[in-house]
Amino acid sequence: MSFEVPVEKWSTAVSTITLGATADNGGTRTSTVTLGGAATLPFLHFEGQIPNRPVVAMEVLDTQPKEWPEALAKPFGNVLGDPAAWAQKCVEEFGAEAICLRLTSAHPDNEDTGPDHAAEVVKKVLGAVGVPLIIWGCGDDAKDNEVIPRASEAAAGENCALGTAREDNYKTITAACLADGHKLITEAPIDINIAKQVNILVSDMGLSTDRIIMYQATGGLGYGMEYAYSIMERARLAALGGDKMLSMPMLAVVGSEAWRAKEAKAPDAEGAQWGPQAKRGPIWEAVTANCFLHGGVDTVIMWHPEAVQLVKQAIDKLMQH
Amino acid sequence: MYVIGERINGMFKDVRQAIQAQDKGIIQDLAKKQLAGGAHCLDVNVGPASDDPVSTVQWLVETIREVTDAPLAIDTTKHDVMATGIKAAGKGSVINSTTGQQEKLDVLLPLAAENDASLIALTIDEKGIPRDANGRVEIALRVVAGAMEHGISPDRIYVDGVIIPVSADQMTPTHVLNTISQCKMLADPPPKTILGLSNVSQGAVYRELINRTYMVMALAHGLDAAILDPMDTELMDALITAELLLNRNVYCADFLKAYRASAA
Repeated sequence: MSFEVPVEKWSTAVSTITLGATADNGGTRTSTVTLGGAATLPFLHFEGQIPNRPVVAMEVLDTQPKEWPEALAKPFGNVLGDPAAWAQKCVEEFGAEAICLRLTSAHPDNEDTGPDHAAEVVKKVLGAVGVPLIIWGCGDDAKDNEVIPRASEAAAGENCALGTAREDNYKTITAACLADGHKLITEAPIDINIAKQVNILVSDMGLSTDRIIMYQATGGLGYGMEYAYSIMERARLAALGGDKMLSMPMLAVVGSEAWRAKEAKAPDAEGAQWGPQAKRGPIWEAVTANCFLHGGVDTVIMWHPEAVQLVKQAIDKLMQH
Repeated sequence: MYVIGERINGMFKDVRQAIQAQDKGIIQDLAKKQLAGGAHCLDVNVGPASDDPVSTVQWLVETIREVTDAPLAIDTTKHDVMATGIKAAGKGSVINSTTGQQEKLDVLLPLAAENDASLIALTIDEKGIPRDANGRVEIALRVVAGAMEHGISPDRIYVDGVIIPVSADQMTPTHVLNTISQCKMLADPPPKTILGLSNVSQGAVYRELINRTYMVMALAHGLDAAILDPMDTELMDALITAELLLNRNVYCADFLKAYRASAA
């Protein structure tokens, strides 16, 4: 008896977003990335078009990372603490398709640096690499509202993504995004209802829905992955079913989340039963990214170069059809 | 739910006057307002306003096409008017409507197949409107079987259980609700179900309240489509909310706004 693969018919596709502006579009990027566009669930090529492969971005902090284990810091050599050199290494040596610059130093509990510093770092990183830039705040609302507008302005016309707009703090960043021609990352706490609400709030300010990327704040593998996965899948199903307020591409922050898990973080002395950290750490990060890709995210933000390689190989295979 | 806007109908005074004066502005304004209100498709009914309904339907469709590509439901009992309207409206249009009478099916099923159109089927036959849901479902089944013979998938058939004003017969609303539920079991994929909503309140007081309440009840029974006035904001709010409570849309605090933004 022959088996017929059941094929679901969807009415719409995920919207498409391009990051980065080349000289033709008034920017200085030498490459761009395009997210979204899928007309089916992740990697079901037999069911619908998946025009764009997921994008692997690498994260750069604007300050020396604190408490990074040796296994994570070692591949970067001496560039940690120098965001421009760090970004350059990620692109040239490790194949990052985009850079996510996190303005960690602005946090009051960190170095409490100001908007001038943020603008300066953004300019340096833009000068050092040609890939698109994702600019991410420090997570402190008051501070982000000071720092992000200046960082945004420093990157005006480069078609970056700015993160993040949240239900209780979205106005300043949305205004900056509108003013400087960027895309916006909307964040929700693993909650599809709030994700939709934030998208409504920012589009009410005049930001069109095709300029939004959705982000569900989440934990790493083993720490709420199942919940995050099902929320992402539900968002994708809603998008394919025609819900324009949930049809944006999705993003996952993987590096910082994966390396927060004890399975990745524990030094060899404590985690001997799991094997050497230099191996299990990157694997933990790669597997976390892989899970999110199957949940429907269109870009992953990664830390460890070996994890990046593993994920890129996985994407190569998943995109074959 | 698939919303068919009912307002471009020669029975309404403004439309009748627009047809007589060949005033495009009124028709185009109604088209745009209904779409903005949440309509997916627009009903087009010449009504009693014209001596030459064939050229009037052509004019109406062309007039609407100047402002939107939305699907149109051509609403007439006259075959020449239907054929002209459906051809002018293009693919994805809706034939409104056939009954279960064989001579009608023999003409309208081929027209639907040729023009890639959907078909609204009133559950009426030679004997009139059946008394209860069973008779209605029987007619629906006959139409679905006929459609399949013409290569029309059952989900392109919209079964209309024919609502009679509640002021005339208080049992019909229940019979029609049962018809909606039972149609789901007729075929795979099942035919869609539709209501000409405003009929339920003809001749009654509190018409809008009756329409709105019945709409929500029908949605809970699985209704797929309705012909209604999408400019009635309270009706549309009730519809959107009912769909939310039936888990057909994801909740968010501004869900009314989200629905309208998604429909636009």
